[in-house]
Amino acid sequence: MSRGLQGPGPHDRPHPEGRRNDQGFRIDPVTEAEPETRRAVVSALVEHEPGVLAKVSGLFARRQFNIEELTVGAIQNDDYARITLVVEEPEPGIDQVEKQLAKLVPVVSVNELGTDAIQREIALVKVDGEEHSEVLSTAEMYDGTVVDSTGGTVTIELTGSERKIEAALDTFERFGIREIARAGTVALERGAEETARKRPPAATDETEDT
Amino acid sequence: MSEPAHAVETDEEQADEHTTDDARAAERDRRAEESPVTSGAEAVVRALENAGVEHVFGVQGGAIMPVYDALYDSEEITHVTMAHEQGAAHAADAYGIVTGEPGTCMATSGPGATNLVTGLADADMDSDPMIALTGQVATDMVGNDAFQETDTIGVTTPVTKANYFADHADTIGDTVGTAFALARDGRQGPTLVDLPKDVTQNETDHEPGEAETPDTFDVPNEADEGIVRDAADAIAAADRPLILAGGGVIKGDAVDELRQFAYDHEIPVVTTMPGIGSMPEDHDLCLEWAGMHGTGYANMAITHTDFLFAIGTRFDDRLTGNIETFAPEAEVAHVDIDPAEISKNIHADYPLVGDAATVLDQVYEALPRSPDAEEWREQCLAWQDQYPMEYTTPEDEPIKPEFVVEAVDEATADDTIVTTGVGQHQMWASQYWTFREPRTWVSSHGLGTMGYGLPSAIGARVAAEDDRTVVCFDGDGSFLMTQQGLSVAVRENLDINVFVLNNAAVGMVRQWQDAFYEERRMASEYPWVPEFDLLAEAFGARGFRVEEYDDVADTVEKALAYDGPSVIDVHIDPSANVYPMVPSGGDNGRFALKDEHLEEL
Repeated sequence: MSRGLQGPGPHDRPHPEGRRNDQGFRIDPVTEAEPETRRAVVSALVEHEPGVLAKVSGLFARRQFNIEELTVGAIQNDDYARITLVVEEPEPGIDQVEKQLAKLVPVVSVNELGTDAIQREIALVKVDGEEHSEVLSTAEMYDGTVVDSTGGTVTIELTGSERKIEAALDTFERFGIREIARAGTVALERGAEETARKRPPAATDETEDT
Repeated sequence: MSEPAHAVETDEEQADEHTTDDARAAERDRRAEESPVTSGAEAVVRALENAGVEHVFGVQGGAIMPVYDALYDSEEITHVTMAHEQGAAHAADAYGIVTGEPGTCMATSGPGATNLVTGLADADMDSDPMIALTGQVATDMVGNDAFQETDTIGVTTPVTKANYFADHADTIGDTVGTAFALARDGRQGPTLVDLPKDVTQNETDHEPGEAETPDTFDVPNEADEGIVRDAADAIAAADRPLILAGGGVIKGDAVDELRQFAYDHEIPVVTTMPGIGSMPEDHDLCLEWAGMHGTGYANMAITHTDFLFAIGTRFDDRLTGNIETFAPEAEVAHVDIDPAEISKNIHADYPLVGDAATVLDQVYEALPRSPDAEEWREQCLAWQDQYPMEYTTPEDEPIKPEFVVEAVDEATADDTIVTTGVGQHQMWASQYWTFREPRTWVSSHGLGTMGYGLPSAIGARVAAEDDRTVVCFDGDGSFLMTQQGLSVAVRENLDINVFVLNNAAVGMVRQWQDAFYEERRMASEYPWVPEFDLLAEAFGARGFRVEEYDDVADTVEKALAYDGPSVIDVHIDPSANVYPMVPSGGDNGRFALKDEHLEEL
């Protein structure tokens, strides 16, 4: 007994040739390319109230955004705090991170920083103190400051770009690294330009990127 | 409807708005004058009154008692005592769908709050306007694992648009107002305010003001003019234009603008499931809804269109099927009030961020001419003939569910509200009922919450004008999940008609097992189900049982005539399956029309 509805079968119908990629873009199969992952630094101004960080980090976790770094800290106005994020995602993902973040009610504004923005990271690295003078000269080489030198260890404070910190840590490795503590990137736009705009980015700001 | 919205109308609307603003302010002053607020709890109730709340669905309990005590004195708010907090949430959700204003639900701390979670998640997925108020243990106990303590803010953050812990009696009223405004404005959704018992008991004389969204919350209205022009030009140039009307068309009160656009330019329309009712389904241009169990013609149209004008939809996977084969040759213009929905799943060639009604007017004004789409319209009509939603009713077989849906549709007025549970019965109701008006289809779409049907019928009944009919199509599985709501319907004497399409199974699961799990029917068939007519009678409702075609029309009539809740237990063909069907992640253009088709896929 045949149940169901009448009509031509799935393969007895006309069907278009076109296709989209998994990002929802229409594609030309010949020139199809995988979207490339990009590192983006995003700054958000948020209301300084309990639970905001939990809301932001919860959002990233449940939407499976790839957040490399997240820092939060006070600003000149006690009512607000700045969150700085480093995101590694293909382009549509970065766009989603910014829009979903902007949607949270306590978030005032969101902005992706330009490539020339000032970006700094801080790290504390504790190494064995046996080769004391060489540790000191290495610290000097990376503009580091020795902040502690007791119990057979030396602890150096390093600040700079992520690359500089990575390079310094590589160099310190030969003295025997005991512990590292790093805070994520903080960043500001150069000059008079505001880091996080007053208003969240509207999708109408989007450039036609296809 | 026949005229475009002119600037003059907008001015009038603004004038109206000012009058209502003034009227609301006067009402606020009157309330403050007549019975000034003395406690946090009274401020909560006052905030609801100021926001225009007339009904609250809730369940009492320890930590929320001060708020209920304040409600005792409210002459403006009627409380509907529910049997379970989940039902309170679904009722408030349905109330929000039917009225367009947030429905309100209330529960105590701990289990009361956690029982609301399913309803909040449901409202969050479907952008239904709703506000939940939960009791909480006193602030000095918070964090100590006190009796009936749950981190309600933590638990509900992922499933609310916004939530607040009210930490002071002086601000609690305005916080409730803010939550109400957030549920209502922009992209609608559920919000929650957690109300610690000491804060509601504390003294305050602060009268809550107008319910307003916070400064950090922006609602875009008009879309970018340049993109509007480009989109309008592209629509005019399209050979196979198609409008996709989502739930946002209804939520944004853009139904008139949508219909005008489609009629004046003769562009075919498919809807999403939440968009059901945005177009009259008996109109030639309406192809009904697309997606997993959408009509064959809607799915053909959406697969072959070269320009998709999508309004108020989030391109859910049940709509798109496999992204790669979704409208694969179409440029997409996407109107949404939430910028985050633009290009989330489907890339928008023309991103139009704004209010659905406003942007529809903008594009209407910018359209240089109607698209030349005569051939395409004929094609769409031909598909309607080619893939008819026709079924047979052999007399020697049990009742077909489609027949029941059509019989009830036949016996009721066009403005009848239909609510459903989730499963096969929901699909049959959406497919075989001819919807003509917005806010008449009340269902659980994104979350797919079995048990939504009965409590949502209660909420819809309370929301709707008395002369309208409310029917619920439910499955035996869905009905069993929330049937305790019958106690509420009887106690409140709510005239609702629950048609249980009884196949003694979780039918949709059974259908999938047959199709994709080699007919291994694990935990889907019920060897025994209660006699739902007797169950209804035990609750004090009217119960009917139908097993023969000849009894359908007669029983439908009797149930509708009864002034009060009725349950009609219809024993349908247990082997009936839902078609058309696009298997999960499948190609919309290759929907199956019968079991054998699935094997070809």
